[in-house]
Amino acid sequence: MPLSANLRGKVGMWCLIIAESAIFSIFIVAYLYYAGKSLSGPTPAQVLDVPYFTSICLFSSSLTILLAEKALHHGKVKRFGFFWFLTIALGVIFLVGTGREWYRLIYQDGLTISTNLFGTTFYSLVGLHAFHVTVGLIGLTIIWLLTLFGAVKQEHSERISVFAMYWHFVDAIWVVVLSVVYFITR
Amino acid sequence: MADAQPILPPLVISPERESSRPLVQVLHDWIITVDHKRLGLMYFSYGILFLVIGGVEASIMRAQLAVANNHLVSPEVFNRLFTMHGTTMIFFAAMPIVFGFANYLVPLMIGARDMAFPRLNAWGFWMSALGGIILYFSFIGGFGLYGAGSAPDVGWFAYAPLTSPAFSVGHSTDYWIVGILVSGFGSIATALNVMTTILCLRCPGMKLNRMPLFVWMNTVMAALVLVAIGPLTAAQLMLLIDRYLGGHFFDTQAGGSAVIWMHFFWIFGHPEVYILVLPAFAIVSEVIPVFSRKPIFGYSIMVAATVSIGFISLGVWAHHMFTVGMTSYANAFFVASTAAIAVPTGIKIFNWVGTMWGGKIIYKVAMLFCVAFLCQFLIAGLTGIMLASAPFDWQLGNSYFVVAHFHYVILGGIVMAVFAGTYYWYPKVVGRMMNETLGKWHFWLFVIGFHLTFDFMHVPGLLGMPRRIYTYEASRGWEVWNLIVSIGVIFQAVGVLLWVANVIWSYYKGEIAGNDPWDAWTLEWHTTSPPPEYNYAEIPVIRSRRPLWDLKHPEDPDWKYE
Repeated sequence: MPLSANLRGKVGMWCLIIAESAIFSIFIVAYLYYAGKSLSGPTPAQVLDVPYFTSICLFSSSLTILLAEKALHHGKVKRFGFFWFLTIALGVIFLVGTGREWYRLIYQDGLTISTNLFGTTFYSLVGLHAFHVTVGLIGLTIIWLLTLFGAVKQEHSERISVFAMYWHFVDAIWVVVLSVVYFITR
Repeated sequence: MADAQPILPPLVISPERESSRPLVQVLHDWIITVDHKRLGLMYFSYGILFLVIGGVEASIMRAQLAVANNHLVSPEVFNRLFTMHGTTMIFFAAMPIVFGFANYLVPLMIGARDMAFPRLNAWGFWMSALGGIILYFSFIGGFGLYGAGSAPDVGWFAYAPLTSPAFSVGHSTDYWIVGILVSGFGSIATALNVMTTILCLRCPGMKLNRMPLFVWMNTVMAALVLVAIGPLTAAQLMLLIDRYLGGHFFDTQAGGSAVIWMHFFWIFGHPEVYILVLPAFAIVSEVIPVFSRKPIFGYSIMVAATVSIGFISLGVWAHHMFTVGMTSYANAFFVASTAAIAVPTGIKIFNWVGTMWGGKIIYKVAMLFCVAFLCQFLIAGLTGIMLASAPFDWQLGNSYFVVAHFHYVILGGIVMAVFAGTYYWYPKVVGRMMNETLGKWHFWLFVIGFHLTFDFMHVPGLLGMPRRIYTYEASRGWEVWNLIVSIGVIFQAVGVLLWVANVIWSYYKGEIAGNDPWDAWTLEWHTTSPPPEYNYAEIPVIRSRRPLWDLKHPEDPDWKYE
């Protein structure tokens, strides 16, 4: 039998995730291919520090959004709003972390997108991910505001889960980006 | 239930023609529509508009190349013409046309009322439309609004380093990048929608192994769009970063690689061929059985072949790059994978012929185009196997032989199937038949023109004529062949004009079609012509691959044999 029509949000989101993964994989391939091929410094080993704290924050946000989903599924809207806000906060911490890292790289280490191949590939891959985090945060915030105005109810839990899939995807991609940029090629 | 008939809902009365309403209101309805049938038609018409524009560009090029030492257009204009011709035909003619077919027919064929995400569907169409407008705006915006006319001139695959700011000054290349980027977002949206619709909205009884082959092949097409457009999007983003932010992805002077652009482009580029040809297969797989009065031969093998084409097509891209100079291991791999894709494609050809074998073939125009498709696609495949062999490709890569080969695929295969599809489904969409006599004129003129142009185009290629040259010296032995090639264009152009005339004439004067003029078997022929906005008053329930056969032949229904 066909999948239920109620599942179409999830199936659609899976399709989007596949398409997005294809975009990310090309940027990751480019990063790996150009690793160590820069003709001038600085190199990743000289300037990159593993962002342990902000990464843990981002990964935890997958857990908090899961708790929020569960809360809404059981109709506990207040609890949902709390965990949803926590998710936003963790996402913002991650973005601020990336911003501080970039500020340091640009103004202290002199690494910009046009400095060398490392700069080009680093800023585009990490930037592509940060862009997705930003889009996710905008979505999260809109839903949170709707919750504050009392527009989000238990009956929306299916749709909220569809949006949460996107956030989980953004977190999962960070596992790959983090490993490639900060561990494998550093 | 065991001997019950498939439950098909009662028919509804056809809605009134729109011509009785004010034009502004009709236009407004079309612009705000989220109905899959209207969006399908908009995709289709938009594609045809660009098909004509791209055709005019091709005709100017052929006029330029008809005789040696011609000066009809300058070299700069010639570069713009072939770039715009290629980009237009692939992204803004072929893709909208195949999406149009998928949009219009998939929900009807699976017994759904609309696509899974109707508003996303409209968004996808308008994004594609915007992409085309951005691309063509480059004619006036390429050097800023004050400059003289311009357009992208880097070729449709835009190899680095030609696209770097040093060699492509002005903004024409940026319009090319952004136009394709934007239409790519639209394509992803549409593919996502087609996929979700097929997975989630099939009517009761429509198991995966009962879906019409048209739907199966569009499923694989949608899957390919989802994985193949991403690399193109990524590559275009990298090119934008290189051009605007001083990045070094394709900048060899800073350690970047021009070859990696080729890889990224063709990782998209070859699946793209199958994104376009699978919907053509889809049309042929519906038309041939109906006009042979036999069910499709080897349904499950056809599905398996389609899926394996989908997978193999993701691993053949570098056969576009044999002349670049790859390692012999890479060459061997891509020779083997490219030869391997000929196997499922060959299976399909055999199955279509097997469907016709022993059938009562009715040579309506739609069927004529399918027969032409079979012969021409076979030849296209054979030259494809020749070019898949690396040493042969070293000799003929970037020659007119290659141009002849891929036009054989696209014109001889895809466009022929699209013509077949319009003659076949026009009665459903409009409620009137297309004129058969005019159709036969269209068929013969176009087929003769096609063969004049593209059969003879192989020869100057074998004689060493490279592609993309704006003129050539006399006395190279290329003149006669080029003249014949250019003469063929006239026949094709007249054929296409007759087709457009037929579409318009039949809208007003065609014979009234009724719901099922071809005595066909798939669900779309059960509803009215044209279908009402909601497609089916009641969702149908089916019990076999040919629900309408079951309905018409209660004494010998298909489901007894499944």
